[in-house]
Amino acid sequence: MSRYLVRHESILAILLVLALIVLSLQSDRFFTVDNLLNQGRLMAEVGLIALAMTFVIVSAGIDLSVGSILGLVAILLGVFWQNVGLPLPLAMMLGVFVGGLAGLFNGFIITRFRVPPLIATLATLALYRGLAEGISQARSVRGYPEWFFVLGQGEVLGVPTQLWIFLACAVIAAIVLGISTFGRATYASGANAVAARFSGIPVDRTILLIYTASGLISGLAAIIFVSRVSTTRSDMGTGLELDVITAVVLGGTSIFGGRGTIIGTMLGLALMQALKNGLALAGVKGDGTIVVIGLILIATIIISNLLRRESDG
Amino acid sequence: MAVAAAIQRRSAASRLVEAYGQELVVLGAIIALFVIVGTVNPRFLSENNLINIFSGNAYIAVAAIGMSLVIISGNIDVSVGSLIGVLATIAGTLAVQGYPIWVAWTVPVLVGMAINACVGALIAYFRIPSIVVTLGMLSILKGGLISITAGTWITGMPPEFFIAQARFFGIPAPVYFMVVLTVVMALWMRYAGLGRAIYAVGGNAEAARASGLYPERICVAAFAMHGFFAGIAALLFATQLQVIQSTVPPNLELTVITASVIGGVSILGGTGTVIGSTLAAILFACISSALVFLNVSAYWLRAVLGLLILATVLADMARRRRHRVAGRV
Repeated sequence: MSRYLVRHESILAILLVLALIVLSLQSDRFFTVDNLLNQGRLMAEVGLIALAMTFVIVSAGIDLSVGSILGLVAILLGVFWQNVGLPLPLAMMLGVFVGGLAGLFNGFIITRFRVPPLIATLATLALYRGLAEGISQARSVRGYPEWFFVLGQGEVLGVPTQLWIFLACAVIAAIVLGISTFGRATYASGANAVAARFSGIPVDRTILLIYTASGLISGLAAIIFVSRVSTTRSDMGTGLELDVITAVVLGGTSIFGGRGTIIGTMLGLALMQALKNGLALAGVKGDGTIVVIGLILIATIIISNLLRRESDG
Repeated sequence: MAVAAAIQRRSAASRLVEAYGQELVVLGAIIALFVIVGTVNPRFLSENNLINIFSGNAYIAVAAIGMSLVIISGNIDVSVGSLIGVLATIAGTLAVQGYPIWVAWTVPVLVGMAINACVGALIAYFRIPSIVVTLGMLSILKGGLISITAGTWITGMPPEFFIAQARFFGIPAPVYFMVVLTVVMALWMRYAGLGRAIYAVGGNAEAARASGLYPERICVAAFAMHGFFAGIAALLFATQLQVIQSTVPPNLELTVITASVIGGVSILGGTGTVIGSTLAAILFACISSALVFLNVSAYWLRAVLGLLILATVLADMARRRRHRVAGRV
């Protein structure tokens, strides 16, 4: 198994290096510090959620509702601050808290009622987005104070603020998944839930915590998103879940659970963002890049499947 | 004798409930909606509105038939919305460029079948999970569509092209498509060999293989048929208005999947019927129309749908658990 992991991630790393070389030959604006940092800024929201999604998919689940949670928290941030009149820091905390609640609700449906995660989060995808639309009634909230934009548009030590947040979260996630008891429980629950349960691993509690974390981090991503684009709309984050899942699966996490790493997810994210940006700079129209990402996703899985079959056989 | 007949009647009724429980629930919900909303606001039952409900959403029901096959076979397709957009654009482009109408009608259906047969082959022979392949297809189709059309609308199709606007005996053509395809497929799934094989593979692929079926071929066949229905859905979608937009309603794939699931198709594979998915598609259309007639802001529509899916799924899980317990005793 570990041989396979090394292989998938080394394929990705090679692909990433190749992509960086080819793309920087295509455009001299690509491989500059400014551009790369800016790409990091754009990647942070999807990246944050992808960290949690790695846990979710390793535990043999999936969370389709993350984009909707992001939209709901963004709307609530505006409502708490402007309509209810709470101070903005409190509104931010409350927003993230609601995100966590939304995630907890997902986990509750999945563990308590044994609803398959795909269906449970498909239902809450509609529900949370519907709540966001119903609460906002298509009104947008603007006019946030200047300090709020530090989060999404500012820099600390020359690096975008949200990139620091993302990197900190990534290190924590890598440690938790890689070497903690919780991480091992995640792998065990994903690989074989029944066996894990018989070995005394609290499978349900692990899964409940994972979905809660997914909701919390989607809430955090929502705050950063609002701060970056300086407005709140109910359609924020629509379709985001597919970007996130693509990055995680591209990173070698098995959709069947039990296998995957944070480093793989980081590589997957970097490859996706480099392709989007590099192709755009090379003159490919915005949506042509999505085609390439789709092709790369399918091709990577085919290649790593073939390699795995070879090493198995 | 009378007692025996009564017992027989009751067991026939209970068998019906057993076999079509979910379908009956959805049907009951539709009838309840018509009665309640019709009483509050009689214009809900006006001919115009009924035609809007049934005709305007028939393409979702048709797409949900194909989705049901795919889900019953134990797979899923999250790319069907983009596929419908691509096929609608192909149909419109062919019609505008002066090809015969029958070409503009059949080519999209064949292309849909070919694309989805490839998707099915990737899933079956390369053993890639369907959600991963169709996630990739979603990107490819959506990105390809927008970058090729550059977001422009197609107009100026010849008048014969608009099959969805035709009426026979006062009933719009899409309704015939929906009803006929649903009935034919319901019978086909129940009695045809391939139809039953799709259930068998979705229920337990290894058991199906042991009994002499070829799960790989059946997976490809299910996806190809799904492509056929996506093609028909695309035609109905493309011809219902005078223009074809290069975008489809956002989250169309989720609407289609939801229709299948609420109609009783279990996401675990192996169970469900296309009658249920069509009824569920009609129920959605009724709900969104009812909200308008009840003066509820349309912005709440999706929240209502979400609650509905959740309630259906929870009820389904509860029923399953009861069955399992009963089965053990």
